[in-house]
Amino acid sequence: MTRRVLYIAAIATMLMAILAGRQTTQAAPPAAPPAGADVKIDNFAFTPATLTVRAGTEVTWTNRDDIPHTVLSDDKSIKSKALDTDEKFSYTFTKPGTYSYFCSLHPKMKGTIVVE
Amino acid sequence: MDERGKDEILHDHNHDGIDRRGFLKCMAWAGTGALCVIDGGVLKSYSLSRLSEIGEKEAEGELSFVQISDSHMGFNKPANPDVASTLKAAVDKINALPIPPQFMLHTGDISHLSKPEEFDNVEQILKSANPKTVFYVPGEHDVLNDEGAQYRERFGKGSQGSGWHSFDQKGIHFIGLVNVMNLKAGGMGSLGAEQLAWLEKDVTHLSKSTPIVVFAHIPLWSVYPEWGWGTEDSAQALGHLKKFGSVTVLNGHIHQTMQKVEGNVTFHTAASTAFPQPKPGAAPAPGPMKVPDDQLRGLLGVTDVNYIQRRHALAVIDSTLG
Repeated sequence: MTRRVLYIAAIATMLMAILAGRQTTQAAPPAAPPAGADVKIDNFAFTPATLTVRAGTEVTWTNRDDIPHTVLSDDKSIKSKALDTDEKFSYTFTKPGTYSYFCSLHPKMKGTIVVE
Repeated sequence: MDERGKDEILHDHNHDGIDRRGFLKCMAWAGTGALCVIDGGVLKSYSLSRLSEIGEKEAEGELSFVQISDSHMGFNKPANPDVASTLKAAVDKINALPIPPQFMLHTGDISHLSKPEEFDNVEQILKSANPKTVFYVPGEHDVLNDEGAQYRERFGKGSQGSGWHSFDQKGIHFIGLVNVMNLKAGGMGSLGAEQLAWLEKDVTHLSKSTPIVVFAHIPLWSVYPEWGWGTEDSAQALGHLKKFGSVTVLNGHIHQTMQKVEGNVTFHTAASTAFPQPKPGAAPAPGPMKVPDDQLRGLLGVTDVNYIQRRHALAVIDSTLG
């Protein structure tokens, strides 16, 4: 009988340990979505020219020039419409990688988003 | 030596009718208005203020037409919040020309944002111009968001590809090219293989004495590559025009007049009717140049071109709205 009680106690301890473990995992703060990041368009240039963000980050471009600009990735997969003064374009980068882009109207304007 | 004599070619080392001094003279006047006459391959330049001395014989030709550019309808920021009124002033200037032009060329950036009402407004204003025919090429502002579909529907009927076309007037062959589509990262204006092949074919059957006028939005020569003011494959296009004795290239895009002569090719850029842009490298970026109100119209303008058939010459006159 004593042996049996001990046996049950051991199982109970193990269960508690497992539950406790689960509780520890649940208690950790859930992975927050990364804060957004901004690229300004000023004087025919993207600032910063290279921006590094975590996967899942939403990047927002704001055109502060008097002339419209666009954001177009070199592989054409990311494409904004023409942004007039103070207009914005946002894109969420989900996969790590290096994304090169330019303004399709003024292709000397180039920028890079590095997603980690 | 009288003043005019000083402006004529003095040293023609290459026997191509061009000396550097004459070229620089012409450049120096570009900002204030100049008349450049290419006469039997010889470039002569006169300042616009002395046009009356030159006499009608020099400027009058069998064909007269006008180039306007960069009307940017819809732009409403400082430098020029009212681009409709300056386009109207350009039309008034055209209607007052002593030799009535037979048609107009618009070298692009008709609109600022490719909006239907912007295109409507320009068409409406140009209806009051005496020459009723306008031949267009698009600027990058005219092909936003729809790869130029609306532009071609309105202004490019019967054109090829993204809007290129050619036509003949009084023995001159006119070629309108499109160099604002499919631009590559880090690059400049681009014509593309399909258009270059069309161009080569388009001029094959012309005799080498046919005067050629090429018009396109972005300059077809390297004005300032750092700002993208040039066309990557323009050398190939000019290569197809090598056999011709007289080639005149008319561009816009840079919102200021500039001229250059290379062999038998004369390059001109026209002023905008909307707002000026800085001289190459004179500002951090090529955006609109803000100037005092009373100076604005002195930096906007139209370009008048006269073909003098018997002398085989094209006279190009830039004049400001102010």
